Amino acid sequence: MELKYKIQGGNFNRAGYASSEVKKVLKQLNVDPKIIKRIVVALYEGEVNIVAHAFNGLATVTIDAEKIKIVLKDSGPGIPDVEKAMELGFTTASPAVREMGFGAGMGLPNMKKNSDFMEILSTVNVGTEVVLMNYFSK
Amino acid sequence: MNPSTKIVQRKEQNMKVIDIVNWENTTLLAGKDACEKTISGAYSSDLLSDVMGNADENMLWITIQTHKNVAAIASLKELSCVVIANNNIASAELIEAAESEGIPIISTSMSAFEFGGRLYQVLHS
Ligand SMILES: Nc1ncnc2c1ncn2[C@@H]1O[C@H](COP(=O)(O)OP(=O)(O)OP(=O)(O)O)[C@@H](O)[C@H]1O
Ligand SMILES: [Mg+2]
Repeated sequence: MELKYKIQGGNFNRAGYASSEVKKVLKQLNVDPKIIKRIVVALYEGEVNIVAHAFNGLATVTIDAEKIKIVLKDSGPGIPDVEKAMELGFTTASPAVREMGFGAGMGLPNMKKNSDFMEILSTVNVGTEVVLMNYFSK
Repeated sequence: MNPSTKIVQRKEQNMKVIDIVNWENTTLLAGKDACEKTISGAYSSDLLSDVMGNADENMLWITIQTHKNVAAIASLKELSCVVIANNNIASAELIEAAESEGIPIISTSMSAFEFGGRLYQVLHS
């Protein structure tokens, strides 16, 4: 099964839409609730990162019997130093975004913690691709 | 186990959103049909990724954030309700989203500290 969700940079009102839809699908597929919770956290943070830091993006979600694979691809400023961006507390969020309670520098660490596999490919001034995978068996 | 411990445990299991709504200095703003939900504990934070990463199902969330994403997070994390501290005004978008997601939003004149302290006493005394 493949699902695609467009994600608009700057549009916080729609952040969480893909996560909420994917959650419904996984519930219908009777995936372990503990695993669904982890996937939802990781996908939500990925969505919000595109909204907060990029121009626009696409979440492509592929589900098979064993796993879910999420590819979050955006066009945007890219990440110059991925290792640094992964550090807890590192953020370049604008003051307006911080005012909303985003920009704690916890999103990427949350994604890492809540996925079984995570990879970031980024090109400055082009965009970022984050690949997440979670397996359904315990 | 002494008898008083048992009473506390029963109280803990039975704490519901409606009990908070019935406190003085709290007002229910949205989600009146979801007030029978049980409260398993609470998390207090204004950083959304902190809540996303650390709050758990059925917890009450204390915050001063008032925008729409609060409802999205509460719904994704299956929190029992949201308490907006210090008389901060929930946005119309938040109320609308909470109404459609069935998330009780409660406003209080208490600060996050005061509200959290009171709730802690009830849940853990
Ligand atoms: N899709 C992206 N495009 C460009 N930069 C990004 C992207 N995702 C993350 N970053 C960069 O990595 C930093 C750290 O991201 P992370 O999600 O950990 O924290 P944050 O988004 O700043 O705050 P929080 O997630 O706690 O709200 C960001 O501040 C930003 O500089
Ligand atoms: Mg983030």
